[in-house]
Formats: sequence, structure tokens, C-alpha cells
Amino acid sequence: MGPVVVLARREVTARPSGKGGRTGKGDARGNAVRLGLMAVPVAFFALFFAYPVVAIVGRGLKADGHWQFGRIGTVLSRPDILDVLWFTTWQALASTVLTLLIALPGAYVLARFDFPGKQLLRAVVTVPFVLPTVVVGTAFLALLGRGGFLDELWGVRLDTTVWAILLAHVFFNYAVVVRTVGGLWSQLDPRQEEAARVLGAGRLAAWRRVTLPALAPAVAAAALMVFLFTFTSFGVVQILGGPAYSTLEVEIYRQTAQLLDLPTAAVLTLVQFAAVAGILAVHAWTVRRRETALKLVDPAQTSRPPRGAGQRALLGGVLLTVLLLILLPLGVLVERSLDTSGGYGFGFYRALQSADSNGSTFLVPPLDAIGNSLRYALVATLIALVIGGLAAAALTRRRAGRLVRGFDALLMLPLGVSAVTVGFGFLITLDKPPLDLRTSWILVPLAQALVGVPFVVRTMLPVLRAVDDRLREAAAVLGASPLRAWREVDLPLVRRAVLVAAGFAFAVSLGEFGATVFIARPDNPTLPVAVARLLGRSGELNYGQAMALSTILMLVCAVSLLLLERIRTDRSGEF
Amino acid sequence: MLAVESATVRFGRRTALDAVDLEVADHEIVCVLGPSGSGKSTLLRAVAGLQPLDGGRVFLDGVDQASLPVHRRGLGLMFQDHQLFPHRDVGANVAFGLRMHGVPRAERDRRAGELLDMVGLPGAGRRAVAALSGGEQQRVALARALAPRPKLLMLDEPLGQLDRSLRERLVVELRTLFGRLGTTVLAVTHDQGEAFALADRVVVMRDGRIAQQGTPLEVWQQPASAFVARFLGFDNLVDATVTGSAADTVWGKVPVPEDSSQGECELLVRPGGVRIGGPKEGLRCTVGVRTFRGHHVTVALHPGDGPSLQAECGLRDTPEEGDVVGVTFDPAETVVLPPAG
Repeated sequence: MGPVVVLARREVTARPSGKGGRTGKGDARGNAVRLGLMAVPVAFFALFFAYPVVAIVGRGLKADGHWQFGRIGTVLSRPDILDVLWFTTWQALASTVLTLLIALPGAYVLARFDFPGKQLLRAVVTVPFVLPTVVVGTAFLALLGRGGFLDELWGVRLDTTVWAILLAHVFFNYAVVVRTVGGLWSQLDPRQEEAARVLGAGRLAAWRRVTLPALAPAVAAAALMVFLFTFTSFGVVQILGGPAYSTLEVEIYRQTAQLLDLPTAAVLTLVQFAAVAGILAVHAWTVRRRETALKLVDPAQTSRPPRGAGQRALLGGVLLTVLLLILLPLGVLVERSLDTSGGYGFGFYRALQSADSNGSTFLVPPLDAIGNSLRYALVATLIALVIGGLAAAALTRRRAGRLVRGFDALLMLPLGVSAVTVGFGFLITLDKPPLDLRTSWILVPLAQALVGVPFVVRTMLPVLRAVDDRLREAAAVLGASPLRAWREVDLPLVRRAVLVAAGFAFAVSLGEFGATVFIARPDNPTLPVAVARLLGRSGELNYGQAMALSTILMLVCAVSLLLLERIRTDRSGEF
Repeated sequence: MLAVESATVRFGRRTALDAVDLEVADHEIVCVLGPSGSGKSTLLRAVAGLQPLDGGRVFLDGVDQASLPVHRRGLGLMFQDHQLFPHRDVGANVAFGLRMHGVPRAERDRRAGELLDMVGLPGAGRRAVAALSGGEQQRVALARALAPRPKLLMLDEPLGQLDRSLRERLVVELRTLFGRLGTTVLAVTHDQGEAFALADRVVVMRDGRIAQQGTPLEVWQQPASAFVARFLGFDNLVDATVTGSAADTVWGKVPVPEDSSQGECELLVRPGGVRIGGPKEGLRCTVGVRTFRGHHVTVALHPGDGPSLQAECGLRDTPEEGDVVGVTFDPAETVVLPPAG
């Protein structure tokens, strides 16, 4: 479901307060509080996630009031479906391997080297990560597609090959690896390696025996997340895949929206769900392994200016990669948006101001989509903050039992379920009293908030868990009631994390495409929906307008991210 | 002031606090001393209300605290690692408790300044907590705990993380300060030196029970059991049978004080009471490792039979390692303890 980022959950294991913990009465009270906090998120998920998904799967697999599980076998033995499954899997694997190969040197450079412009590089690398899939698709279309940059320059076109998809996936997930692996790498104590050297290990042996094992779980977690994102890829493949390449998610969309074949879509939804549940389970396992006590140090102490030709060449290589892989597509996108038939100018942007220059594509000027997107994303962010904040608060309380761990997993599920399914499910379930939201604008923010919640939880949880319980106790002894202690201790300490969570939720909501494409009303399109609609039309004007609108969307996302980078001076969360 | 009646706390199958009775009088400084895992921290947390009791009661000024949540008990607690609020400056940390009690701003500022003067950090109000040294943090934590004028001030390993010389200086400062303010104090530590320097009364805990209580002098002179003796650092312990004013041990006959209880016992000989003489007198021992302690030297002595002995020697009359010497015992430095087990 879009580029949701639930990376490293490197929880600072809360130091035990006293020895043991609460018992008896204290436990009962804690559980009551926890259940109270969990009630709202659980209700939200039941109503706006489980219900629509179950309803639509039911509709696909039920006929005459009977379950037709035989359909699963029938659908899964169709050659075209097997092709989709095969392609989905191998392109995800290829994307993951490619991303690791290209991004690991970047992770090393950002972790261990000190050089001017490092902060800027870190920010630039992260921008793609919050960019809507539609923008990424459009940018690579502008670079590699018909009439694109490379086509004009050398007559090279990659949009009919799988390379366009793979490169776009690398572009997207570069930051996942750099942030997850590099974040840990920069905090590994170099003295560990030095200790190995003193004990007689060569430079390479020391790295292999000391650093690599410490890093391996982070690499595994990053790889799994990249695999997850690319396995469920929708917007990128929708735009760059053409008729030849289709992932599960794209196929679900095609079966649902174009062929109206609900049974097939339902089966594919279940398949995707199962696959993603498997990936998430493995991810959770690696995360738990990663929580084994590593001695972490302040990243400021571990980086040095590059020394010698080798290290400088490595730095240069990484900078070149970032330039070609990240800056070039975005630059070309901007260039194309300005490249009208009458020379460079803002013609395409001006055309966005009126509805009638697009024939029947739009009921309203495409520029209206900016206002819609911002409004929806703002509301979605608020919902995600409330729901995610309550969930995080519930999960923070110590001595989490199995119930709570189950709740934790539940929050991750929107990642696994096809966004297209959720969107379509909204349409068929939330259309009758008492919950008739079909005509309500709130439907879009609700769907977008589902994507934002896992985010908010993952950003806030490590920070909340890192708050030493004894700080709260200190406040209590000094006369603060539990609520007051939360306000005086927890809130100020997580304020930064809340802002970061809000920013990411905002960016993700802004770019959400799979669900929104179903439920956004024709007279109120969001930016990604408008871009996709423009790309679906032929003609230079539509193409140019798509580029222009994508550029605007990119700028909005980039600006919100750069604001975040300023806030994020500490290491709250891990993105 | 404080009365704890058969307080019991269990963590699963383990009993951390086993029917503990304890009283602290007004203006008294009581130090709970024990190894880690003896339940001393749990006792503090139970009094503060941070740890629910599985049995027993806690009274403050005669009022049962069972129904009172932590923040209404009006206590002060200084945490082991201070737990200063990292997002507030020194002044705001000190004023926190006053703010919780609704004290007006001007009064808060005045009192915070006063307390910082008192703990020796005048004008530090605007400093960031992270910029403080360990000793300074400790002082701020103390000022913060004292600011709301708690009925009872509790200290959890108050000097645990500081280096030795600072610890020795601060313990004197604390005692002087508490004496001047008339603060009632319940402190917890595993360091006997700290406890003896600070306390009017020492309570030694073992496995969730009180093993002994008394003034520092009483506990030092007459440990109640072999456990307490060992915990205080005495190693010369041996099974013995007392008859009259002599005890029969593997080290031979050891003289004991006149009015000692008779029969089976555990015998403690303080290192100062182990006299080293020529190889012909008393118990024949080989001299082992010698440890320089500053004012004296501790010498390990290995008799042919039975546990080895620690002896205190003057700097000049220390025997050489490997020498064979004779050992006699000073009855004034031997203590008869109840039999082991």
C-alpha cells in the first residue's frame, strides 16, 4: 500500500525499573488502561479496514450464500495469473538485490565519512522515499520513456523493458537501505573493530567478524522491507509496466476496475495478503534479533573525513550514483514540465488552471487537485496521529502480553492488504446507513489514514519505549498524577517524534494512490489521481500537464521532508 | 513518622519483601543496607507507592497509605541514577515538585534558588541537565527531592555512581545538611561505609527480611549473624564450641569475652585481633598474599588445617610472604555469633 515505511524498530530496551515489575492489582489496573487506549484504534481498524476487506473478499468468493473455495484453485492454475505471480516475485527479488548492491556503499559512506554537504546528501537521498509512486513513475517515464530524455539524446528507450521498473524501484528504496543500515552502522562503536585488530585480525577479517555480524540483521530487515514494497508495487508498475508487466496489485486493480472480475480479484488479494504476512513475520523476527544488545555510540563520534584515494573514490562513486539515479530523473521531470512546443515556459502549468483544456478528462481545473490533496492529507494526518498515538501509548506500557503483541501485528496489516482492495471495499461497504460515507469527502482521508497509522506507531513507539519508566516515577513522587506525568514527561520527550510522524504520515497520505484512485470523486481528484488520469490520455498537452502536476506534487513532498530533516536532529525513529 | 507493618511483595514465586517491619522516627536517618537482591529497593518503592504490596501496610504519620496513589503521598525520592528530566533546565527540575503542588511562580523561583544555594550550586538554574557532572546531577536531584519539603526523604543508592573521593565528601555534606534541616531520611545502599557514615540507625537486609538493625556502632561491634559479619567484610569466621571463656575451633583454642553464650556457635575474629608472633607460639601459619591498605597491611595466613585467616599488621612489622609464623588471638576482638544454618 504505497511507500509505507516501517523500517527498523530498533527499540531501546527500557531499563527495568526496580527488579521485577508490577504484580496483582497493579497489573489489572495497567491492563484496564491499556484496553481503554486500544479500544479506539481497534474499532477504527475493524470498521475501516477489516470490514471492507472481508466484505469484498466475501463477495468474490461467495455465490448463492455459499463459499466457493474451489475458485482459489481455479484462479491459481490460470497461466496468465501464474505469469503475474512469477513476475511479481522475481522483479521484487531483482529489485531488492539491485537496491542492496547500489545502496550499501551509500550507507557506508553516510555512516563513516565526514564531508561537506553530508546533511544535504542525506536529505536528497531521502526525498524519493516520500515521493508518491505516481511521481516516480512519471519521472522515469520522462527519463526513459517514449520521447523521453534518453530517447531524444541517444534513441534509448527502456519503458518497454523491465529495467525501467527495476530502476524506479531502486530509486524509491535507496533511502530504505541507507537509513536502516547506515543508521545502525553510524552508531556501531569503531573500537569494537579496533579491539579485533589489536587481537590480531586483519582489516578485512575484523570487518567480517565484528561489523558484519552486527550489521547483518539490519541488512536483512532492510532487504525484507524493500522486497515488501516492490512486491506490492502499484503506481510505478501501473505507469511503467505497460501491458506487458503486471504485479499482483496491478492485476487486482485490472480485475476489479476494468474486468469487474471480483472472484479473481478476491483470490489475488488473499494471495498477496498471505505473502505479505509471511514477509512481515520474517521481518519481525529479524527485528527481534536486532534488538540483542549492541553497544551503540553517538554517531558524531564514528565518522571521519575520507582518507586516501580509495576512500575518496568510493565517496565520488556514491555521489555520482545519487546524481544519476536520484537527481537526474527528478531534474528531467522538471525539465519536461517546462518543455512546451514553443520553447521553455510555464504553458503546461497555466493549462492546469482550467478544466476545458483537457477535453472531458476533468470536471474541475487540475490545479484544484492541489487544494484537495492538501486538505485530505491534513485530515488523514490528524486521524493517523490520534489512532496511531493511542496505539503507541497502549503498546508502550510495560510487560506486553500476547494480546498486545497481536495488536502490534494488527497495526501492520494495512501494509499487506492490497490498497486497491481497501479502496474498492470502502465503496461497497460504507455506502449504506448507518455508515453511508459514499458521498462524503471523509472517505479519502480515512483510507489514507490507514496507511499513515503504521507509520505513526513505528515512529513514536521506539521513542516512547526509550523513556525511562523511572522518569515517570520521579514525576509521580514529586506529586504529578499519571495524566500530569504523561503531559510533563512523555509528551515533551516525544514531541519531536510526533512531528516527524506527522510529517511522514502527511507525505504518505499525499502520495496514496491505490485506494484513493477508487474513492476520490471525479470532481475532487487528488494530485496522484489527476496525474494518472492525465497520463492515461494521449497528446502533448496532457503529457506536459502530467509532468507539471507531478513536479508540483514532488515539490510539496520534498518541502515537507526537508522541514522534517530540520526537526529530526535527534535519532528518533529510524527512517 | 513512617511505620511499615509486615510488608510483603512477591515477584512470581520469589518473595522480594517478606513481612518486613520497620519504623522511622521524626528527624531520624535510617539506612537500609544489603547486597543486591536483598529487597531494599523494593522496600523503598513500596513505601513510595510505586510497588503495590501483596501484604502488610504502610503508615505515614499514622495514616494508612494503601488508598493513596504515589503522587499524593508527599514523599521525596532520589533515584539511583538521579532521573533528572532531560528536557528541563536545572531550575525547572528543582521547581517541578513545587509546580505540581500549585506553588506560585515567584515563590517557586525563590525556593529553587535557595535550594541550589544550599546544595552548593548557586546560580545554576539556567544550566542544561546534560551539561552537569555526576556530582552536580546528584546535588540537583537532592535539591529537587527536597524542594516540596517532603515528610520523608528516601534515597536509593544516593552516591552509588560517583567516584570514591566525591562519595566520601558528599556523604559528610548530606549528613550535615539533613541534621541542619531536620529531614527524616530513609536511604538504601549496598555500601557499608556509606551507611555507617550517614545513618543514625542501620537496617541490614537479607533475602527480603531484616537481618539486623541498630546504630552503626552496635552493628559493627556485634554483628547478629555470620551473614551480617561477612557482609560487613569480615572473613575470619569458623565453627566453634564455647566453654567458659574459650572456644574450641579448627584453629585451636581461641579466647572469647567473659560473658559469651555457651555451646555451639560461629566465631568471628576481627583482623585486628589476629596477633602475629614467632613460629613457636600459638597457631602455626604460612604467610600468604599481603595487601597494602594505606594505614595498615592485610596479610593472608594459611594454617595447616581449617580456613585461612586475615590479619591486620602495622606497616613496619609485616612478615615476608612464605614466612612461617605463630598466631594468637585477642579476646576483645572476637565475637560469638549464633551457630550457622
